[in-house]
Amino acid sequence: MYQYIIKRVLLTIPTLIGAAALVFLLMRLIPGDICVIRLGSGGGSFDPKAVAACHAELGVDRSYLIQFADFVWGFFRLDFGTSMWSGKPVATEIWARLPVSLEIAVLGTVVAIAIAIPLGTISALKQNTWIDYVVRVFAIGGIATPSFWLGIVSVLVVLDVTNAVFGTPWMPPIDYVPFWKDPIRNLSMAILPAITVGYRYAAVSMRMTRSAMLEVMREDYIRTARAKGLVNKIIINRHALKNALLPVVTLIGIEFAFLIGGLVVTEQVFNLNGVGRLFVQAVQNQDYTLTQALVMLTVTVFVITNLLVDLLYGWLDPRIRFS
Amino acid sequence: MSITMPNTGVPAAEALDIRPTLTKRALRFCRREPLGTFGLALVIIMAITGFTAELIAPYNPTANDFASMTEAPSWSHLLGTDQFGRDLLSRIIYGARTALIVGMSSAFVGGAAGLVLGVGSAYFGGKLDLILQRVFDVVMAFPLIIMALAVVSIFGTGVHNVIIAITIPLIPRCARVVRASALTVREVPYVDAARALGFGHARIILRHMVPNVMAPFLIMVTAFVGQAVLAEASLSYLGLGVQEPVPAWGLMLQGGAEEYASTAPWIAIFPGVAIMLSVLGINLFGDALRDALDPKLRDR
Repeated sequence: MYQYIIKRVLLTIPTLIGAAALVFLLMRLIPGDICVIRLGSGGGSFDPKAVAACHAELGVDRSYLIQFADFVWGFFRLDFGTSMWSGKPVATEIWARLPVSLEIAVLGTVVAIAIAIPLGTISALKQNTWIDYVVRVFAIGGIATPSFWLGIVSVLVVLDVTNAVFGTPWMPPIDYVPFWKDPIRNLSMAILPAITVGYRYAAVSMRMTRSAMLEVMREDYIRTARAKGLVNKIIINRHALKNALLPVVTLIGIEFAFLIGGLVVTEQVFNLNGVGRLFVQAVQNQDYTLTQALVMLTVTVFVITNLLVDLLYGWLDPRIRFS
Repeated sequence: MSITMPNTGVPAAEALDIRPTLTKRALRFCRREPLGTFGLALVIIMAITGFTAELIAPYNPTANDFASMTEAPSWSHLLGTDQFGRDLLSRIIYGARTALIVGMSSAFVGGAAGLVLGVGSAYFGGKLDLILQRVFDVVMAFPLIIMALAVVSIFGTGVHNVIIAITIPLIPRCARVVRASALTVREVPYVDAARALGFGHARIILRHMVPNVMAPFLIMVTAFVGQAVLAEASLSYLGLGVQEPVPAWGLMLQGGAEEYASTAPWIAIFPGVAIMLSVLGINLFGDALRDALDPKLRDR
């Protein structure tokens, strides 16, 4: 087991360095120059000397190899430097936007789990009944619905309903207030985005729960449990669900890591100032340091989630642990 | 009435091992998979509207008509008009073409590349496999939207670049799954037999391995079409995809749709319904295809 853990941990290093190389290369392939964007915001021509000075200040006049080594070394020391655009430390920039995105991601996951696991289980236990069909249609609808459209429509519905009920249209707030300061305002901002993100996520997990559950219910040990007269509730909770949840846990983990990408669109719809927005701005401003840091952040989350899922698997499934 | 072999009652086609014709197999698919047939019907409708857009669209999808801006659905404009007076139905019909072109080409190019890399990786194994696996890891860890953002920033926006942006992340996903099934196929004796007969790598891969990973591959490519249509809509919505004046569903939801959402909700609703129905159709068909191709997976 220890060997397995060490091997898995070591395998993350080439992935991280590969991702670093990829984002480094991609950013430098994008035509344009941050110094020209910065100096040229007023329009007209500008002094080549000023551009050169700006390059020297940002360190982009050094050779690519040194820049890359600097970036990777910084990443391993958790020092991401300063944003080329705002001049503030990258960590500060990200830290300011992280709570909004994180809250939506976590809430979205909670929504997904709360919907997916009970519905998926019921759907499998009542296979080929009307409940099963309703759940399956609901699930396949979640996969087919674009989350940004669901966002637009949900705001529209909220506007119309509040207008009809209270006489004045109400829009969810777009500025972030910490939960402990004003829980109602905080939740009223986060709940709609969380549901739009969570629906698709729930749909995918629901299908997985259902299929895993169906497979497990056919296993011999379920028949044995029934034969020895166990109560149905115990069979389902202890014998079936616990084993069926393995692939679901994997899926939830991986989807959580992918959520960051999905948040770019959701934050756009709800006009929220989160990490997804920052990402788009950073790429558009050619802010190398900020983009690189954000990509490394998402990739690290992805790699760590994958790692944890693998290790959790080993822990949940003794067959993997002892093989 | 089907023809049976004398005395045994076994259908002739089975006894003589004649595969039923394509039409018969298609009919059987429709009978067994009503939901899948419904999905297929949706896809076919989408394909027909996309390819015959010039013939069936009632208006020019890009012509502004300032006399009839944000008009509610009526007999002259079945789905209403947008803030520039453009007919929404015509734009949705033309949008089907964009969605189909992007969805199909990304899914097939990404799928084909993934098939070759996945089977190759499994067949050759060793260092090549190890390196390819790490490359797949890196590409998969990259969020799709970010990859697309970079591709679009490098090459510019437009249909071709959207296809590139969506294709790249699909390749490792396909290669992963194909590799897993190819690994089991490699252990089957007929591959060894082929090798013992002295066949070249290309022949073994193409004639003996690829056909045996076709079932998971086709299922995946179908799912990819749906994912690619959604991704194209998201990218266009963000302004990173297809650009005006090309009619695209995601693009129709950008800008005007949100601004006029409360006064002219049809601008925001219909393009979304179009996206939803087409992806729903593709997914329903994909699920049914999965059941038909791989009976082990039935009922999952």
